[in-house]
This record gives sequence, C-alpha cells and structure tokens, in this order.
Amino acid sequence: MTEYRLQTPIDEETIAGLNAGDIIYISGTVFTARDEAHMELLKDGEPEGLDMTGLGLYHCGPVMKQTDGVWQVVSAGPTTSFRMETLEPGFLDMFGVKVIIGKGGMGPGTLAALEKHNVVYATFTGGAGALAAKGLGRVAAVHYLEELGMPEAVWIFEAKDFGPLVVSMDAHGNSLYADVDAETKANLKAIFERKGLD
Amino acid sequence: MFDKDKFIDAAVKGLRDGVVELPPDVTERIRTAYENETSDIARMQLKAILDNIDLAHDEGLPLCQDTGVQLFFVKAGYDFPYLSDVMKAIPEAIERATAEVPLRPNTVDPFTGVNPKNNLGHNMPAVTVELVEGDGATVIVFPKGGGSENMSALWMLTPAEGFDGAKRKILEQMQYAAGKPCTPVVLGIGFGGGADIALKLAKKALLRPLGTENPIPEVAAMEKELMDDVNSIGIGPMGLGGRTTALGVHIEHTVRHPATFPVAMVVQCWCDRRAIVKLDVNGEVV
Repeated sequence: MTEYRLQTPIDEETIAGLNAGDIIYISGTVFTARDEAHMELLKDGEPEGLDMTGLGLYHCGPVMKQTDGVWQVVSAGPTTSFRMETLEPGFLDMFGVKVIIGKGGMGPGTLAALEKHNVVYATFTGGAGALAAKGLGRVAAVHYLEELGMPEAVWIFEAKDFGPLVVSMDAHGNSLYADVDAETKANLKAIFERKGLD
Repeated sequence: MFDKDKFIDAAVKGLRDGVVELPPDVTERIRTAYENETSDIARMQLKAILDNIDLAHDEGLPLCQDTGVQLFFVKAGYDFPYLSDVMKAIPEAIERATAEVPLRPNTVDPFTGVNPKNNLGHNMPAVTVELVEGDGATVIVFPKGGGSENMSALWMLTPAEGFDGAKRKILEQMQYAAGKPCTPVVLGIGFGGGADIALKLAKKALLRPLGTENPIPEVAAMEKELMDDVNSIGIGPMGLGGRTTALGVHIEHTVRHPATFPVAMVVQCWCDRRAIVKLDVNGEVV
C-alpha cells in the first residue's frame, strides 16, 4: 500500500509502477463521463481543446452550481462504474486516458483493456461527494451540457490532490474486486454450510 | 393556523439538512465501524466517509452528489386538520429545494426520457400517508439514492421455502451486490403482505434510527442474525473487503396469505439521510 502523488499528463512508466492496493492522489486534468457521455465521445472523438492523453477519466454525475456565469462543483462523488463496462474497452482503444476513477469496480472486459493499454482503475469512496468536490477544484470547461444535462455532461476539472484513490485494478491483470468476489463466494458457502441452508 | 410559507420553509430546510447532515445515529455507527475495522483499505474508506461528513457539515454541501429522489412519509393524526394543505405544499418545497440547495435533478420520465429538472413529474412527489391516533402530523423527508435502490429485491417464496429461503436469498443478493450499493449499507426487510406491502414495509423499516431493534423478540433476533451473517460475507466498505458491510438490518412484518411468503429487501447506502418536520394541531411547525 504505497502512496503516490501524480500529475497529469501521467506517463506510461508511472502507471506500470502502480500495483493493486496502492493509494494515489491526482493533480491536473480530470474529466467526467458517464454512460451517455461515453457514447457521445465514442461517436464524436475528443472535443476541441481536450487531449485525453495521460488524463484521469472520472465516472461521475456531479451537482454543479453557476454563479455569475462561473460553474462551480458542489458535490461530486463517483457513480457505479459497472454501467460503463461494455463501453470502456472501446473507449480505451480510442483515447489515451491513464487513470479511470469510479466506484464498485469493473469487469473482465475492462480488466483486459487496462492491461492492453497500460491504464489503472482507481476507486474513490462512494458517496463522499463533498470531499471529492474539494479535490476536483476549478472547472476548466464543459461539453455536451445542453444535449445531456448536468449529471451526464463532460465536466473538465483542474484537480488538486484529488483523492485518496485506491488502485483497485492495475495494469498487470490484478483486481481487488475479483479477489473480494472469490473470497466472499467462499465465505457465503461456509455460512450456508454452518446454517444448514445449502 | 397553517402557514403555507412557513411549512415550505421548514420542508426546504428539511430537504437541505437531509442531504447535508447525517442523523447522529448513522455517523456514530460509521465511527464505531472505523474503530473496529482491521483492514487498512477498509479503514481508509471509512475515514474518507467520516471526513466527508465533517466537510459537508462545515461547508453546507450535499454529502453525496446523488441527492436522491425525495420521498416523503407523512404520519397524520386522525384529527389533524391540514393534511390537504401539507400535500399541496410538498411539491413546492421540492421545487424550491432543488433550485436552492441545490439538489441534483433526478426525475426522468421512463417513456419520454424528459427530466423536468425540478425533481417532480408524473405521479410525483411520492408521498406515503399513514393515519394514526392524534391531532398533529410528522413529515419525514427521505432522499433515496439510485445506486443502492438498484440492489433492492423482492422474492415471492413458497411457504415451504420460508425463512431459510429468505435468508439464502438475502445473503446471495448481498454477495452479488458487493460494493455497488456503497457499502456499508442499511438493509430494510419486509416479510408478509402482498408484493407491494412487503416492499413498503422494507422501506419503512429504514426510517427507524440505527440501534433500535424490532420490539418483537423473535424479529429482533433475526435482525441480529442477518446483521452478523451479512458482515461475515466480507464485502467491506466499498466492496474492497472488510468486516463492515451492514450498519444495521431492520425488519418489519405483517401477515401473509397462506399460499405466499413475500420477502422484500430495500438497500440503503451508508449515506442514510432523513429529516423530520413536525406540525401541531394548529398547523404550526414545532
């Protein structure tokens, strides 16, 4: 469980050096995309002014507030990443993000894509929206706001020590979620046996 | 005399407090869980949750970006004269709170895909009214998140499957849900009734403060048994492993038809938000 402070654009060597269980904090550019935004970006490519190489992709539908024309983040915890499972391998084929941030983990398709493209998946504590907002900092730009609405839009943040994030799926094929799944299945079997429920 | 503006002010405050502050019973359970966890990663997740609770309180920010769907439970006395006024004021309170707090616009029409951006819509707001003895009214604001709701379930078991079948289903569902509902969770479980009643009981069970047990000893014993079993699965905070998966298990029940054995489970994330507005016989906020 080593702790790292990363600055975007994050390079290949840094990602390769991360292992499941490590803690990271990210400073630099992090942008949000949920289901709808994934589909739009896959269709349209990178929006003008956004080079995704080495950036953080955040599964998040934030609460935002506009004061005197300036957008501010109010609360921005992660959304359930699994909804993007079918879209993520294609996304990584097309774009150069280096850290995917979300909650709940992703499946074998994404795990293989992480290894193929040298990317890590990191967990931010679900529901910790105020804490996330503090780390995400200033809004640099927003795309698809009109078309998709506030939670689904692509919000681009200038993050400062955004974290703590747990590297829960690394670029070497390790997934804490797969480990916990195997463990909890065995535990459940033992509970059923003990209680005579099997 | 019922003052609509005063009630709306109180309800908006309830909606704001509801998404910004956690009830003390919930925070206390999370703190205890943090002290009892042995895994570093589990402790880190609980620490982030506790830091977030403090930060949301200090800065008046919503704890979670999913400010939920605004469910209301009204317990009105038979002799409370202002029920219709309360019912008419609730949508206005939701609309105002959505703009002012702000709350995330979370209501999407399944057929048209339209989000009216005010947390209302067809058949909304969802208000459950219960008539009880007395002349006052208690309005409970219960903002319910989507990620945890997605892990809720209903099983229409046969009487032969009974409680053993129910325990099996509940534990299997939690193993499958893992960290997706933002563990540690609170489980509301309803037994009996028809399908609708079992689900309603499960949701109502969540309104009980943590640390309270069902007054019927057999039911309380099952709450404790299920709590221990769920925590033995080892899902832990955010599904990263650990001994804290449930902060509480609450059961409510009613009779069942002899041919049925309905079991419902509603999953509530750690961000177990609720706020209460009380009105007296004169319609005054107390």
